[in-house]
Amino acid sequence: MLQVAVARQLGAFRLDVKFELPTPGVVALFGPSGCGKTKTVNIIAGLLAADRGRVALDDTVLLDTQQRIDIAAEQRHIGYVFQDARLFPHLSVAANLQYGLKRAVGRRYVSLDAVANMLDLGALMQRRTHQLSGGERQRVAIGRALLSQPRLLLLDEPLASLDRERREEVLPYLESLRDQLAVPMVYVSHQFDEVLRLATHIVLMQSGTVAAQGGIGAMSLDRHLRSIIGPDAVGAIIDGVMLGQDSASGMSRVRVGQGELKLQTAAMNPGTTLRVQLLARDIIVSTQMPQHLSVRNNLRGTVTAITDDDGNSDLISIDIGGAQIMARITKSATRELALKPGAPAWALVKSVSLRGHSFPAFHDR
Amino acid sequence: MMWLSPSESESLSLSLSVATRSVAFSLPPAILAAWILTRRRFIGRTLLDAMVHLPLVLPPVAVGYVLLLLFGTRGPIGSWLERLFGIELIFTRNGAALATAVMSFPLMVRAIRISLENIDRGLEEAACTLGAGAFDRFATVTLPLLLPGLLAGAITAFSAALGEFGAVITFVSNIPGETRTLPLALYSALQEPGGEYAAARLAVLSLVLGLGGLLLSEWFARRVRRILGR
Repeated sequence: MLQVAVARQLGAFRLDVKFELPTPGVVALFGPSGCGKTKTVNIIAGLLAADRGRVALDDTVLLDTQQRIDIAAEQRHIGYVFQDARLFPHLSVAANLQYGLKRAVGRRYVSLDAVANMLDLGALMQRRTHQLSGGERQRVAIGRALLSQPRLLLLDEPLASLDRERREEVLPYLESLRDQLAVPMVYVSHQFDEVLRLATHIVLMQSGTVAAQGGIGAMSLDRHLRSIIGPDAVGAIIDGVMLGQDSASGMSRVRVGQGELKLQTAAMNPGTTLRVQLLARDIIVSTQMPQHLSVRNNLRGTVTAITDDDGNSDLISIDIGGAQIMARITKSATRELALKPGAPAWALVKSVSLRGHSFPAFHDR
Repeated sequence: MMWLSPSESESLSLSLSVATRSVAFSLPPAILAAWILTRRRFIGRTLLDAMVHLPLVLPPVAVGYVLLLLFGTRGPIGSWLERLFGIELIFTRNGAALATAVMSFPLMVRAIRISLENIDRGLEEAACTLGAGAFDRFATVTLPLLLPGLLAGAITAFSAALGEFGAVITFVSNIPGETRTLPLALYSALQEPGGEYAAARLAVLSLVLGLGGLLLSEWFARRVRRILGR
């Protein structure tokens, strides 16, 4: 368990955050630029002093202003991947990687070979850092932080300085990091698609404070999140289980709640857990069993809540048996269908608007 | 060296020896002073800054005179050094090195300071999160990145030390074989009737040395930039 409750006044800006992360897990600090995300991770790392507060990781208290505990940054054993990589320009890639390894104390849970394999660094070892591309620099920075055998890994917008293609190149490495090593991570981002791919928990930050926090499933339906990412990006994020390929269509069959979805995914074994996002704007609501439609997916459920979205439309929450999804429809549709809590409903969603990412089940539990 | 007279080569080797000692004396305190002036904020910082730059604006003879007062055999520091360590500075080449070190100190501090200000503090933070303590960080990150500045500062100070005249002649006098460096030999040659030719040769020698120093410094800087990929 990572516990953070810290405050710091910086000029007119006041930072006052409190959140917890069950370990292992990946918590995303998510929010607009300037809301204090980087300051928060700097306090966790010990690079920025807190006026008051407490940071504890499992049984180790790293900072407690009341008890006058403040472990020096170099003794916290917290890995930090900076937005701008910060590789040492006077050292080769190999020497950069070894910098943290040489200074690691305690149990070494990951070796140079393992990191080089996981992040595909073998071919870069003898290069100088200025000969690396942006994506390669970040991979080396991630490897360097990991090799210091950290108890916690902080990643401050590690992909922000990369273009779309390079981001897609680095993201799978971060996913395998999460899945293969049980090191807890705090991931700072203002890109929701990165959060969707990586995080188990979200801490939503707004102007120096925590607006909301929780597991990603629950947070995906949170109204604060909607105000940050906008109505078109809102949608339920739910866990599913791969059932197998549909031989006729070649699409993957995925169990979600009591229903089943067909969607395109990367090849996965049956039984693999994955995460599916159903965007609220892509969901059609029907009060009858739909027939004669091209839509491949219909999930049967019960309306649990109807909330106003922006004056013109409503957000309809539907329980599909163990999972909540959300649909955005116009108010006139709500009226005509006479939707109300407790009513049966079918949620229709086109397969092409679904995306699924492999995501191991031990998270979120 | 065949094309130099014995007294010329004596002055040359003495100058090189004095300049080398001078750089060796002033390098550690210059790093310290540059570090304090760039990284620390304290009351009296402006005063320290002014003190460091003082030799640039004082007449060199005045600096030599102050050194004479402080480090002379009856001076507070000089008598103490002699009693405890048997170190004599006055009328010796070590004294000449001290005088040139004081005169070239501001140049050295300046070069190191510029270099220190250009070092990305973020790299030191990164080293910190990787488990490196303060001294470790300085030795493995700051110092290597400071190297171009140190070299530039050392070479400039070395060249300046070769040419220092006023402070040297005031503090340690003009003793052949002990304190008569190139500029002092040049001055002495000009004092003698018919010494113009000898003076011209020494002037050319000084010119070659100075030019060599500047070219060497530029070459080093380029090489280091290439290694660091800048």
